[in-house]
Amino acid sequence: MNIVAFLGAIEIGLVFGLVGLGVFLSFRVLNFPDLTVDGSFPLGAAVAATLIVQDVDPFLASAVAVVAGTAAGLVTAFLNLRFKILHLLASILTMIALYSINLRVMGRPNVAIINEPTVLTPLAGLGLADLYLRPAAAAVVAAVALLLLARFLASDYGLAMRATGANPRMARAQGVFTGQATYVGMAISNGLVALAGALFAQMNGFADVTIGTGTIVVGLAAVIVGEAIFGTRTVLGHAAACVVGSVLYRLAVAFALGVDFLGLTASDLNLVTAVLVAVALILPGARNPLRALLSGLAKR
Amino acid sequence: MKFLRLGLLACAAALALAGGPAAAADAFVAVTAIVEHPALDAARDGIRDELAAGGYEVGKNLRFDYESAQGNPGTAAQIARKFIGEKPDVIVPISTPSAQAVVAATSDIAVVFTAVTDPVGAKLVGDPMKPGGNVTGMSDLSPIAKHLALIREITPDAKRIGVPYNPGEANAVTLVGILKAEAPAQGLTIVEAAATKSADVLAAAQSLVGKVDAIYVPTDNTIVSALEAVIKVGIDNRLPVYAGDTDSVPRGVIAAIGFNYYDVGRQTGKIVLRVLKGEKPGDIPVEGVEITELHVNPGAAAKMGVTIPAAVIARAKTVVQ
Repeated sequence: MNIVAFLGAIEIGLVFGLVGLGVFLSFRVLNFPDLTVDGSFPLGAAVAATLIVQDVDPFLASAVAVVAGTAAGLVTAFLNLRFKILHLLASILTMIALYSINLRVMGRPNVAIINEPTVLTPLAGLGLADLYLRPAAAAVVAAVALLLLARFLASDYGLAMRATGANPRMARAQGVFTGQATYVGMAISNGLVALAGALFAQMNGFADVTIGTGTIVVGLAAVIVGEAIFGTRTVLGHAAACVVGSVLYRLAVAFALGVDFLGLTASDLNLVTAVLVAVALILPGARNPLRALLSGLAKR
Repeated sequence: MKFLRLGLLACAAALALAGGPAAAADAFVAVTAIVEHPALDAARDGIRDELAAGGYEVGKNLRFDYESAQGNPGTAAQIARKFIGEKPDVIVPISTPSAQAVVAATSDIAVVFTAVTDPVGAKLVGDPMKPGGNVTGMSDLSPIAKHLALIREITPDAKRIGVPYNPGEANAVTLVGILKAEAPAQGLTIVEAAATKSADVLAAAQSLVGKVDAIYVPTDNTIVSALEAVIKVGIDNRLPVYAGDTDSVPRGVIAAIGFNYYDVGRQTGKIVLRVLKGEKPGDIPVEGVEITELHVNPGAAAKMGVTIPAAVIARAKTVVQ
């Protein structure tokens, strides 16, 4: 792995860290398995790229992309809460519908913004090489999103949302509007994912209708890798673990890309990535017997 | 516990950064594709063979790296970064998303894209005749007019042509646009059938039964990967199936004029050689496919109730038995 690949993995990992945060909010906080993200990620990319091509300010375009993502989340929540469609199915319905909607938004399957202004353009004047500027910008966005989300989850409303996910009947008994909490949570979750899509499109010069493929897998991997390695003691720590997990996942991919021993070839990439992630998940648990043994000895 | 974990991470990072240094070579060409599939792999092999013919051999004086994103765009972006960091002499992205990821990430390393149908629409180059900058390459736009003429020659009664395609694939949408523009001039009508993933191809092909007289499969990655489904519908309903790429003829379509992606790779390799010998990519015009050839499959034709005229068979470069 060279330095460009390393920083590229950090940058892409931080952008997908926003997906990790979104999935954390739906999957862990609300206990709502949400596949909408496979559609809201390209939706954010599509909206931002289409607006940028029409000379809209990239910051405004990204903001509109976030709004579009929140709308997608609201649709899934609406299907689930209003019509009692199973959450998984409701999110799949929104996801497949978004494929067509994304094509409508872009008017074609691929919108290129290689030479257009992006959110990174104003930062080019800072004198930092593009190589370091991109991951730095992604780090700032991820950090701000992370802190805001952690602050929100620690607020009274955030507590109510966490109660909704943990035990909806108890939450309702305590006077929490669980429906409203679900709407708000799903909107924020998909807004974050759409923001990731908008940033990904601008950093890589294109929006393509296929770029949503596997977003949920990457998001879940980020959440679970982060939890396995960093634990889940505080809300801030738990959320930060998602971002770090996403970066680790990308580093695993970058490492797998560089693997060329043991006769491994390009076609083995996904397998190598999966093995690396599995090892990351297994290792912390594998030490537990040792720890149990040690604490057992200590008690004696 | 915490120290153990952090130590483990540090070790992993150190291991990752170390990486294996490659043996010194005269030339270094890095190739990437969005996904493995026979046509894209053939293009890659063509590039490698042309470089060998031009005096750059893998294992001797050429380092030839290949990575596939296995369909994942995030990985495609990461591969672009990896290659740029390794500073090869030329990066060859195969397919539109791979090319866009590479072109967006570098403005100094030479890029020779290939298997991109619409390089201008994809913003890879501004002016195909004079690309400028660090980017050139070749388009794999099908010779659509020739394809329609071939359908008319083999099956003169076919007036309505069904076209299964993936509306999510940029290349395919461009092709369908050209088909619809070209068809009226040849007295044909185009009937579209959308399939967004390979699992939907059978249903898309079946939806055409009764509505069309022949099926034409464009160079669409989704449809071509499930081509057998279309051929089955063709055989069951005596509907002649044509394709835009010759690799599909041995798989059971009646005929195709085209190019095979191996030749596309060879032609791309020629551009790569020019860049390796010192020409600036910006000075090399974007090329279209030069070698076209006719492939026919009389056995498949018989199963679909069609006899290929002897004149066409005589003209064919390859006759699949």
